[in-house]
Amino acid sequence: MKKSLLLASLLSLFLIGCSSTPIVDVSKPAGPSASNDLSSSSDLSSFSDETDLDLASLRDPNNILSKRSIYFDYDKDVVKAEYKDLIAAHAKYVASHPKAKMTLTGNTDDRGSREYNVSLGQKRSVSVKKSMNILGAQDAQIETVSFGEERADTNCKDSGCYGKDRRVDISYEKE
Amino acid sequence: MKKYNLHMLKTFKTFFSLCLLLLISIHAFAIETIEISGGGTKQINIAVMPYKEIVADKANSRMHQIIAADLYRSGFFRPLEVNGLVNKPSTLSDINYAEMTAIEAQVMTLGQVEISNNRVKVNWFLVDTNKKMILTTMEYSGPVAQYRAIAHKISDTIYEKLTGIPGVFSTKISYISKNKGRYSLNVADADGFNVQSVVGSPQPIISARWSPDAKKIAYVSFEKKKPIVYIQSLVTGQRTVLANFKGNNSSPSWSPDGKRLAIVLTYNANSQIYLIDADGSNLKPLIQSAHIDTEPVWSPDGRFIYFTSDRGGRPQIYKVSSSGGESQRVSFEGNQNLNPNVSPDAKMLSYVSQDEGRFRVVLHDLQTGQITKITDGPFDEAPKFSPNGHVILYAHKINGSGELSTVSIDGVVRQSFNIHADDIREPAWAPFVK
Repeated sequence: MKKSLLLASLLSLFLIGCSSTPIVDVSKPAGPSASNDLSSSSDLSSFSDETDLDLASLRDPNNILSKRSIYFDYDKDVVKAEYKDLIAAHAKYVASHPKAKMTLTGNTDDRGSREYNVSLGQKRSVSVKKSMNILGAQDAQIETVSFGEERADTNCKDSGCYGKDRRVDISYEKE
Repeated sequence: MKKYNLHMLKTFKTFFSLCLLLLISIHAFAIETIEISGGGTKQINIAVMPYKEIVADKANSRMHQIIAADLYRSGFFRPLEVNGLVNKPSTLSDINYAEMTAIEAQVMTLGQVEISNNRVKVNWFLVDTNKKMILTTMEYSGPVAQYRAIAHKISDTIYEKLTGIPGVFSTKISYISKNKGRYSLNVADADGFNVQSVVGSPQPIISARWSPDAKKIAYVSFEKKKPIVYIQSLVTGQRTVLANFKGNNSSPSWSPDGKRLAIVLTYNANSQIYLIDADGSNLKPLIQSAHIDTEPVWSPDGRFIYFTSDRGGRPQIYKVSSSGGESQRVSFEGNQNLNPNVSPDAKMLSYVSQDEGRFRVVLHDLQTGQITKITDGPFDEAPKFSPNGHVILYAHKINGSGELSTVSIDGVVRQSFNIHADDIREPAWAPFVK
């Protein structure tokens, strides 16, 4: 009886098949579960977007709106004075383009735990959003998210390198 | 199925049943040789003799190596060097006890592996070499594909006979690998072998957590350019979205009954802890603060949730009733403490403690308040108790790339995994399968 119990328990351990390929591969469309991909269903008329959203200004390398990163000090979420003009320009853009949707993505260096760094990156994106709220940008047009340390340069050894990881990136839907 | 060496047992036969005798002798042995608590655990010297392969198959003649590696990793055993021995017994009659005494073996295991018709059959023994007494003898068999699983089962049996604690060698672990820019959530045996990819993505995956029945894994994927929590069945491969709200969705933790999860949502503010049913319904906030509250983990009885918060300035560990209310601070030592994990007996926390620029794994005894550093850093993270609570699996970074290791909870035995990938992180240990 012991033996059959053992075999049963051994078999039950192998819940997963012997295939070495992933059960799910998110880089390939996987039927119904892929339908909640917002980015793939947003392929609307680009002509009206160009005029409504003034995408040319966002793309113009001479326009301050083309600048998209705000850097932070270690373990801090305070927006430094040097980014005043950059934040004001983007806040004004959002306020004057009601159809614009902005994403603020926070990032951290790779020290500390991954989940805590998601939260720390979020604190930074919220800090930038609040600065923009004061200047008239509405919450409904902004999503604050965080990649935590996931995009950090893992080869950093000095403070200058870590400094590049601690930032909030601004992006727009449909740009 | 059990066979006993009858001549040793004959005199006791009239007083005890075989099973009872076996239990008593094991119990007595365990008391004599094991000190479980505190630092400097005394390890058991074990001679793991090569299990003789009846049908020679070079690729498979390694059962004793798997067993020795398992026992070493547990922290309770010191497998002895046996290659130089003249006598390599695979049957009881061939044992040279004098030789065992010479190498200071306290116990030995030996056996024979028979491979035929795509099946493995192992007859093995565990022997007390001082008392010259058989502690266990069993026959295990199964398909050849389960060769390693059978070895782990033998390790489990030896471990439990000599420590009284259930072994974890047949359990599963999971981890995230990053290879050539691709991420994969993988499931493997507790020794890192037999790797199966569960989900692959060009974007990061973090925070995988096993459901209490070990049939599902909840995890966070950034594939939609923001963190979203998914639950994936390991049985069918099917996955569902648990939480995809505005802002971040992260840090899932299963309630002990598997019916609910604690998760972290942000909307357009700081990380906050919510409770949600496993089907994605019944979302409600657990606690509300203006600060970061994240990394929730349930106590095994389901009454409390431990979490990390920066409400005191630096991140520290707090706890709150799983029905909400006031939070209590738990960690006070060190510059910052985060990444909490509760032991299966609820008596200890392990978490990452940062002090003097190093992130180390510590054990926090919740009864005495004593805190013990069990790793050296500098970048250790994601500690997870084994299902029996005696080993901790954790990740550490070396020159920017991650590796996994285990450490016995006394901090004495550390063993890194030999997994081939550019970067490995975010380990989790599956619960015992009931």
